[in-house]
Amino acid sequence: MRQLRSFVRKEFLHVLRDRKTLLILFGMPVVQILIFGFALSNEVKNTRIAIIDQANDAFSQQLTQRIDASRYFDVTSVLDRAPWADGLLRHADNRVVLIIPANIESELHHGRTAQLQAIVDASDPNRSSTVTAYLSQAVATAQLDLLAGAQQPARIDVTTRFVYNPQLHGAPNFVPGVMSLVLMLVCVMMTSIAIVREKELGTMEVLLVSPMNPFMVIISKVIPYFLLSLVNIASILLLSVVVLDLPIVGSVPLLYGLSMLFIITCLALGMLVSTIAATQAAAMLVSLMGMLLPTLLFSGFMFPIENMPLPMQLFSNLVPARWYYEIVKGVMIKGLGFDGVIKETLILLLMTTVFTAISVRRFKERLG
Amino acid sequence: MVSVRGISKRYGAVQAVADVHFDVARGELFGLIGPDGAGKTSLLRIITTVLLADDGAASVDGHDVVRDYRTIRSMVGYMPGRFSLYQDLSVQENLDFFATLFGTTVEENYDLIRDIYVQLEPFKQRRAGNLSGGMKQKLALCCALIHSPTLLVLDEPTTGVDPVSRKEFWAMLRRFKEQGITTIVSTPYMDEARLCDRIALMQHGRIMQTATPDEIVAGFTTALFAARSANMYALHLDLLAHRNVESCYTFGEYLHVTLIDSSQGAVQTLSDNLLQRHPEFELISMEPTVEDCFIRMTNGVS
Repeated sequence: MRQLRSFVRKEFLHVLRDRKTLLILFGMPVVQILIFGFALSNEVKNTRIAIIDQANDAFSQQLTQRIDASRYFDVTSVLDRAPWADGLLRHADNRVVLIIPANIESELHHGRTAQLQAIVDASDPNRSSTVTAYLSQAVATAQLDLLAGAQQPARIDVTTRFVYNPQLHGAPNFVPGVMSLVLMLVCVMMTSIAIVREKELGTMEVLLVSPMNPFMVIISKVIPYFLLSLVNIASILLLSVVVLDLPIVGSVPLLYGLSMLFIITCLALGMLVSTIAATQAAAMLVSLMGMLLPTLLFSGFMFPIENMPLPMQLFSNLVPARWYYEIVKGVMIKGLGFDGVIKETLILLLMTTVFTAISVRRFKERLG
Repeated sequence: MVSVRGISKRYGAVQAVADVHFDVARGELFGLIGPDGAGKTSLLRIITTVLLADDGAASVDGHDVVRDYRTIRSMVGYMPGRFSLYQDLSVQENLDFFATLFGTTVEENYDLIRDIYVQLEPFKQRRAGNLSGGMKQKLALCCALIHSPTLLVLDEPTTGVDPVSRKEFWAMLRRFKEQGITTIVSTPYMDEARLCDRIALMQHGRIMQTATPDEIVAGFTTALFAARSANMYALHLDLLAHRNVESCYTFGEYLHVTLIDSSQGAVQTLSDNLLQRHPEFELISMEPTVEDCFIRMTNGVS
């Protein structure tokens, strides 16, 4: 235990005496939070939509078919009534719930304006406004076709209600993204570099010829980065609450707890990289190309996963940040409880176990 | 204390260590002498259990280097060839760290490192990276000694160190011997061979001879001469061309020469011949050194 403590102390000294590392560690989250204020947006395809069809007549069924046929939407379920529309957004992964009122056909026949209601998940503001526009358009097109022969001029209106982020702030989208990026960078890149540095400088050779279990060497390397990452999460959350006016809707301890899990996932990945790379440069390259790039592209943070071709969508399942991104969005913005993010949590747990197992197997107690 | 039996190690096409045998007695100061690339580092790594041999067996104090590597790792003090301490930590921090690593404290084994430590003490707040080469080596030695190892393995500790520090370093190694520590030290400097109890001469992964420095020098049975002249380059060529010269190589500011016929008459003839072209020619009889023996062995002359 005394050995471990002395080791961790030494690792802290390494980090604190290296200005470049320090700058990356603590400067990066701040810079990213500020830069990503201008997040990118994209066309949105195959948005999952649930329809609550209270009318269930010929007209409403045709309307449903129209929406489903559009390449922008994917009707996941059609229900005749929904006591709890919120549940469809929370648990069934839908982004929109469209409610067709019972009296739609008669209203239209009498030349009155029918009111559809759309409830949109606005945690990603760009996407939600795009989705809303598409939905109105799809309804308008359907209205033209379906009501072409009608004698009386009738109209369908869509009233939209945004949930989770009613003001359409940009921040909810990128704060979870920045969190996964920063943790990925700090934990995977920094840890792997720190471990590989010992190999490269030859100190690993001395450490090996000591009574200390070499795996303890790795563990003690990991602890400082674990603690520093916790500080990072706190600073990002603080920045987003204070500077970006983004409240944390869900439970903070839950968010922190699951973030710890993701940190451990990343640290395990960092250990894995360190068993592959022989030099610090190689460790950095592997971390950047192999970890950071997929995080950027496949976590759903910059480009909606729904838009990607199927093989890429499948690939995105392998990216740990994708699941963490979902967790942070769920807890921080939608205010989900643990039951809302169980699937993501289990996936991260599984990934952590696999990465740790592989790195323990690959770890060598000898050189060469 | 250390027993090496038929150890071989190959890296791809390169045979780094080939069928090496030797023993080191308890309390001995044993030298592995050979040029760069002779296989010294690989051999020391195998003994310190950080490298696996392809073939053969080795043991430290009866513990097998493969099976009992954990035991060996706690009793060996190892100083690799490269300066392998933390450059961004201070002298004191490095010492404390390595002491804790081995479950001890600087105070506990202060007696062992006192001589070296007093020299380092004025710099104890300085980062290790800012020390001079000699000081770095002393610090590394301190760190390797801090847990009072029974076997000390030093890989080229004096490479890149100034002559005065080298001398001090060897004086320290002699003192460890008095304290009963067994030491294996590798070096490319032949003049340091004399300071060891016994040495093994290594070349191309093989040990050519293992003996005391005196025995090795005694094995040099031919007469050895040192030659000098104004134009050393021309003299070298002329000596090589002479029919009575068996070998001739540069050695410091002299050329060392061995003859096929070393009788007084033959030597006189050689001097006369060379004086015609080199008026300042000088030929003196020499005591051979370990380096002469090494060169003789590597040239395959016996």
